[in-house]
Amino acid sequence: MTDHDTRIPRTVPIQSATFTNPINAEIRRAAATGIYDIRGGGAKRKVPHFDDLLFLGASISRYPLEGYRETCDTRVTLGTRFAKKPIELDIPITIAGMSFGALSAQAKEALGRGASAAGTSTTTGDGGMTPEERGHSSKLVYQYLPSRYGMNPDDLRRADAIEIVVGQGAKPGGGGMLLGQKISDRVAEMRTLPKGIDQRSACRHPDWTGPDDLEIKILELREITGWQVPIYVKVGGTRPYYDTALAVKAGADVVVLDGMQGGTAATQDVFIEHVGLPTLACIRPAVRALQDLGMHREVQLVISGGIRTGADVAKALALGADAVAIGTAALIALGDNDPKWESEYQKLGTTTGAYDDWHEGRDPAGITTQDPELAARLDPVDAGRRLRNYLKVMTLEAQTIARACGHNHLHNLEPEDLCALTMEAAAMAQVPLAGTDWYPGKPGAGY
Amino acid sequence: MCGIVGLFLKDRSLEPQLGAMLTDMLVTMTDRGPDSAGIAIYGTGQAGQAKLTVQSDTADADFATLADDLGRALGVSVILRRADTHAVLTLPAAQAQGARDALATLRPGLRVMSDGQSIEIYKEVGLPREVAARFDLASMSGSHGIGHTRMATESAVTTQGAHPFSTGADQCLVHNGSLSNHNNLRRTLKRAGMRIDSQNDTEVGAAYVTWKMQQGATLGQALEGALTDLDGFFTFVVGTKDGFGVVRDPIACKPAVMAETDQYVAFGSEYRALVNLPGIDAARVWEPEPATVYFWSH
Amino acid sequence: MQTIDLATQPLRELNSTLQAQSAQTNATAWEVLNPRGAHAIAVGLDAPIEVTVRGVTGYYCAGMNNQAHIHVTGSVGPGVAENMMSGTVIIDGDASQYAGATGRGGLLVIKGNASSRCGISMKGIDIVVHGNVGHMSAFMAQAGNLVVCGDAGEALGDSIYEARLFVRGSVKSLGADCVEKEMRAEHLELLRDLLERAGADAKPEEFRRYGSARKLYNFNIDNAAAY
Repeated sequence: MTDHDTRIPRTVPIQSATFTNPINAEIRRAAATGIYDIRGGGAKRKVPHFDDLLFLGASISRYPLEGYRETCDTRVTLGTRFAKKPIELDIPITIAGMSFGALSAQAKEALGRGASAAGTSTTTGDGGMTPEERGHSSKLVYQYLPSRYGMNPDDLRRADAIEIVVGQGAKPGGGGMLLGQKISDRVAEMRTLPKGIDQRSACRHPDWTGPDDLEIKILELREITGWQVPIYVKVGGTRPYYDTALAVKAGADVVVLDGMQGGTAATQDVFIEHVGLPTLACIRPAVRALQDLGMHREVQLVISGGIRTGADVAKALALGADAVAIGTAALIALGDNDPKWESEYQKLGTTTGAYDDWHEGRDPAGITTQDPELAARLDPVDAGRRLRNYLKVMTLEAQTIARACGHNHLHNLEPEDLCALTMEAAAMAQVPLAGTDWYPGKPGAGY
Repeated sequence: MCGIVGLFLKDRSLEPQLGAMLTDMLVTMTDRGPDSAGIAIYGTGQAGQAKLTVQSDTADADFATLADDLGRALGVSVILRRADTHAVLTLPAAQAQGARDALATLRPGLRVMSDGQSIEIYKEVGLPREVAARFDLASMSGSHGIGHTRMATESAVTTQGAHPFSTGADQCLVHNGSLSNHNNLRRTLKRAGMRIDSQNDTEVGAAYVTWKMQQGATLGQALEGALTDLDGFFTFVVGTKDGFGVVRDPIACKPAVMAETDQYVAFGSEYRALVNLPGIDAARVWEPEPATVYFWSH
Repeated sequence: MQTIDLATQPLRELNSTLQAQSAQTNATAWEVLNPRGAHAIAVGLDAPIEVTVRGVTGYYCAGMNNQAHIHVTGSVGPGVAENMMSGTVIIDGDASQYAGATGRGGLLVIKGNASSRCGISMKGIDIVVHGNVGHMSAFMAQAGNLVVCGDAGEALGDSIYEARLFVRGSVKSLGADCVEKEMRAEHLELLRDLLERAGADAKPEEFRRYGSARKLYNFNIDNAAAY
């Protein structure tokens, strides 16, 4: 017998399911560099999501509406509780907060153009308000963050709403991060930072902690802005029942709840993948908190984190949200991760669809960068048009579903319009497993 | 997340007004805690006698013959004084534990809020003004007292979840903040034999203090221990038979204001709670330092 | 002098009246009575008027002040003059935590003591404290000057960027990346001016200067323990 005797069966190489090649590569990278992996985007791991839900269209027991002829309204008003001037949107899809700094000025302008053309709002980010985005956004939400970069009362009064950011889905409990490559002269000036340093933002606000203090902070912001504009409170999805209830008790007009698929400009990969709740799991507890307080539809709920299609919008609304926000999807509509840049992605050691080193500022698509040459690749007018088209398509898709379910307004979608494909999704969304009247954890079901 | 008020009288002539002063302070902290409110008041007590404050959701039925039933079970005389959902049972001090045991059988739905020679604890769900009115807190007299208004964070809005929490005879604790290791600590303390009834983080803090003192620590030592063994954010005010103490966690971002005059020492989560106290304009007003235990006693 | 009495007039009326004053106003002097620890007093002002608050205020007095000169005769609660843009805020008593947080400009003077986190995340404001400051003061301070005529608590200037810190008394401990720095002539000049404007009876030569070692500006594995 020889070593190469082919007649004897041999053990084939077996890859470990625990020590996978990506895991091993990460161990080697950590060992070589001594720093955790930082990246942009949201959770890439597979988690139960809206894809695991289906709508039950109308047939004989209930009747659908005719497309195009019988209206299906999409309008939504945010901030009806205390604000003298609530935000009235044509569609229940808003653009989430993304900073100038994380994004180029052109990208921010494109977001404003696209959102305004579609009749919805866009949002500043952790870096202050630029004249470009104010000028191109018919409705602009001004974020109030722990760092307070660029915060000033004039911009506060120029805003159509104020969003107090407690956390975000990609990193609930964590602070912001913008690495030196993106701290250009203009970004540095807006943030009062030295050029080229790694910026680390605090995770707690500098002048309040907890809901009892938040109530007083909200009072101050209302007094400064004359009780005119809505005040949103944004939280990352972790304990949505309690956080929603406390935001309401503290006096919020709108609660923005961001699941773990929600993106970030930069944070530790371990944070993105291992902290937070899937978006699907956030909605029902938050809605229940609002209902328990008698505030559902009085305080509006905006859901974000992995919203991609009109179906996702319709599902989020059916579960009780008043509106959704998109971030990553909007960037893709502008041109992020477009296959036309594949050769450049290859040079960066990545590929179309996987590019997430947004913090490095070398985005071939010119979106997540402060490099003037790269940024010039994005035409804000064209990109804005793409975003508008995309928002229109999502809206039409959501209307298609709502009409099929017999609803003349997107807000009339209900959890009972849904069923789930998996046990996990059934449990998280609290809608029955397809073909049954049961979901795990259903009260009285004996499980 | 909450509002705390505390008042320790040096001037005994103010004692008849303690309840009224504390009630005013408590109501001022409504914004910080609209869910429930409670007060621990240290009033007159007789040596050799114990007062058990009990609470019932079905007070009419539970309290009707309670004094007789308990007296018969213990073979002693028991006096019952009712205030809304609460009642104060006065009986010989040696029978305090026996009374707790007997109540568990006689009235399983009853909750013991406190026991001791002078402490009485009243707490219920609702706005502080309403809670104070239910018990007529303003009419109560005493040497010192602690009040609390609660904005529930993670545990239920119930009577059980309201503060103050009893930590032993004549002792209580209230909390502003949020503990982050209370679940593990609850399991540890329960294994050590401590009784913890709710999922509330503060009750664990209270049980921790009680447990440390059962191990032989003084109240001061127990609070020092809390600085290392409790994780999270807290301002605690603790009441004892002789006075009260204050301790804040090392980060100390939950607010705390103290005021002292010849007549009293007062605590408030905000200065607003103190503005109606006599002579406040001339009082020494300061903030307790982080990770430092303060005490005032008679 | 025009008077607003918070015992009889609501906070909204106070702030909307003061916010409505313009640079051309004749009503330049205002007096606020009975603050009684109320929050958000005289916030968002935007004209060079003079406001005297007689008593003790709660959270965020003089928040986001622009141009106005605000004088509080008592003590102030948390976050006085937070995010101030310009003007002056003078506190005769003590200040609670977060005094001058994220302030961008103007001068904040605290004649008593300031508690923890004084000047947290400051971005250009000048703060002069006649007494002491508590722990974590000037945390992540980005720009501006913090002058402490008394002592500083633990972790002064933790994770500081480019703000300058001057302390006359003792410093309980310095935070991560905060170090003592040479006091040069330009610093003495700056300090003299600030002390004079703040009415502080102290000599610049008695102070020590602290600032960023700039070791956390770009990640280095050898400094990881400081993060």
